[in-house]
Amino acid sequence: MTVLEVNALSHRYGNVAVVDMPAWSVAAGEPWLLLGASGSGKTTLLHCLAGILVPTQGSVKVGGTDLATLHGSALDRFRGRHIGLLPQRLHLIDCLNVIDNLLLAQYAAGLPRDAAAARGALEALGLAGRAHERPHRLSFGQQQRVALARALINRPTLVLADEPTSNLDDGNCAAALDLLLDQAGRSGAALVIATHDQRVKGRIERRVELTGGMAVPA
Amino acid sequence: MNLFTLAIAYLRSRLLASVLQVLLLAIGLAAIVVMLLVSTQLADRVERDTRGIDLVVGAKGSPLQLVLSSVFHVDSPTGNIPYAEAMKLSRHPLVKKAIPLALGDTWRGYRIVGTEHALVEHYGASLATGRLWSAQMQAVVGAEAARAGGAGGAPLKLGDTIIGSHGLVDGGEAHDEHPYEVVGILAPTGGVIDRLVLVSVETVWDVHPLPPAAAAAPGSPAAAAPVPAAGAAPARDDGHGHAGHSHARPAAKAGAKPHSHSHSHSHAHDHPHDDAAVAGSPGGDVAGADGSTKPAPGRELTALLIQYSSPMAAAQLPRLVNSATAMQAASPAAESVRLNRLVGVGVETLRVFAWVLLVAAGLALFISLYGALSERSRDLAMLRVLGARRGSLLLLLLLEGLLLCAAGGAIGLLAGHALTEWLGRSVPALSQWALTGWTFAPGEGWLVALALLIGAFASMLPAVLAYRTDIAKVLARG
Repeated sequence: MTVLEVNALSHRYGNVAVVDMPAWSVAAGEPWLLLGASGSGKTTLLHCLAGILVPTQGSVKVGGTDLATLHGSALDRFRGRHIGLLPQRLHLIDCLNVIDNLLLAQYAAGLPRDAAAARGALEALGLAGRAHERPHRLSFGQQQRVALARALINRPTLVLADEPTSNLDDGNCAAALDLLLDQAGRSGAALVIATHDQRVKGRIERRVELTGGMAVPA
Repeated sequence: MNLFTLAIAYLRSRLLASVLQVLLLAIGLAAIVVMLLVSTQLADRVERDTRGIDLVVGAKGSPLQLVLSSVFHVDSPTGNIPYAEAMKLSRHPLVKKAIPLALGDTWRGYRIVGTEHALVEHYGASLATGRLWSAQMQAVVGAEAARAGGAGGAPLKLGDTIIGSHGLVDGGEAHDEHPYEVVGILAPTGGVIDRLVLVSVETVWDVHPLPPAAAAAPGSPAAAAPVPAAGAAPARDDGHGHAGHSHARPAAKAGAKPHSHSHSHSHAHDHPHDDAAVAGSPGGDVAGADGSTKPAPGRELTALLIQYSSPMAAAQLPRLVNSATAMQAASPAAESVRLNRLVGVGVETLRVFAWVLLVAAGLALFISLYGALSERSRDLAMLRVLGARRGSLLLLLLLEGLLLCAAGGAIGLLAGHALTEWLGRSVPALSQWALTGWTFAPGEGWLVALALLIGAFASMLPAVLAYRTDIAKVLARG
């Protein structure tokens, strides 16, 4: 089953093409790498895939739904329920404790608040004891796990991770990657990891390379 | 987890700013509440206490002072008027009702008023217990005075004795030798009578067997404590047995023949008093009085409350009194208007001050919400990524503003009432007006709406900006 389907996608700021992607298709449960140097348009592409940014041209289908057909709050809802985003800077809500950050994801997506599921997710990530702490009191690795739990809490079909390893040393890098693959695999979600981190390359075979904006399926 | 708890979480995350905004708003609103409560209660009081009193006749002086002292019982009287002249006026065809007042003493700050039963009737008061006075040295106590009054803080009860002190402010010489017996206690009316101790005019005369206080000019000690006292031959004749004579009349008109008795009774007892004018004035020993004193020429009253018998009186009677007698006529209605104008300046100042505070509170709220917006933009963008609608962000910001203002409104209202109650209890000038915080002024509901409106206005722009957050840009910026 195809979870993500990109067709003739192109986004430009003014006259400058930032990203071009002729065609790309991701099946359920598949992990992919989106490779490219900094500034190669990885984040822009991720935002297009997440329905945060409307591409200048082309279409993005997630789970068979063309994002261009969704507008306003329908797109927000769709994103909240079907797409999990792990931003590079995590963006945890610092005035809420860890478990409330997860419950907020459920609330924002218009889903019933399921505290048991949230606690389960934290437990699975070894954060059970930190549920009532503020994010800023956690280590970066712990914060990243909270952000991952948040991205996965609504059981999305597509998980997008933006440079998840760039701030980590080798050991933590491998651990984070293991966690991502493991968690995405458990929930059956397709995983797209945008990165320029060479250390990641050996772990995932499927990859798209962005070079000067052009996507080259590797 | 919902917008409400999220809004609370954000407010708590900047607790100090939130508390300051709430306080600022609360102070502004409290000031307005106090103003509303005080002005409506005063207006109400003025309206109620002046109802049915078309004219006050008293000694020459400030007409406002005359009305304040005789109608509201808050100021010192302007002096005294001859009883005979007052009686003459009360029989004028344009006078429907005339009630005499003889002031001079207080009991624990409550004024002792020598008057007639007609006063009770006039204020629509009824007896809670006991009966009206029928003899001298018998007192009927207003509800509030009675509540405040007994020994050890207990309410007064029938049969208690109370001792007046000379003068209208506390601390005057006590009339220890003239205890009043409480024979009746009035039910509360919400009017000025609640704070009065009523006795017969003759009782006041007995306690104050003084020559006419020429000294009763404003400013002199005697003016602060004018004595509606007797003249050369203050009469208190024990021998006549006219009990009830002067009390049973429906109104002062009944005092028709004041000189028919009593001028020439000699008195053996010199009545001790602090006023210099007392010299040589024979006073009555009240012990054993049967309440039968009759007015003598030279007797005095403090004022006469008059109700017109015809609208024509309004044009004629004041002029008649002011030009043809040594007395002064003042209209409670006109003086109330004057009072309002005087007080109005202060109230207006307070009002402007309160509004400035409210505007400042609104501005502070706006600046705080607006300033917090840039550091919150990532949170807001992330909320959208998680599926929140634009409208939810708008609501979130509005909710924060409204919650702050609702808190400020609630605290402001509470504080305003508490402050009013406190003012009523502890500021003597206001406690005389029976000010209370346990009541609502019309328009307070609007204040709540106003507080929320301020919140809505202050958070409007930040909310719209949140609504328009460009999430891709914010997230790309990192």
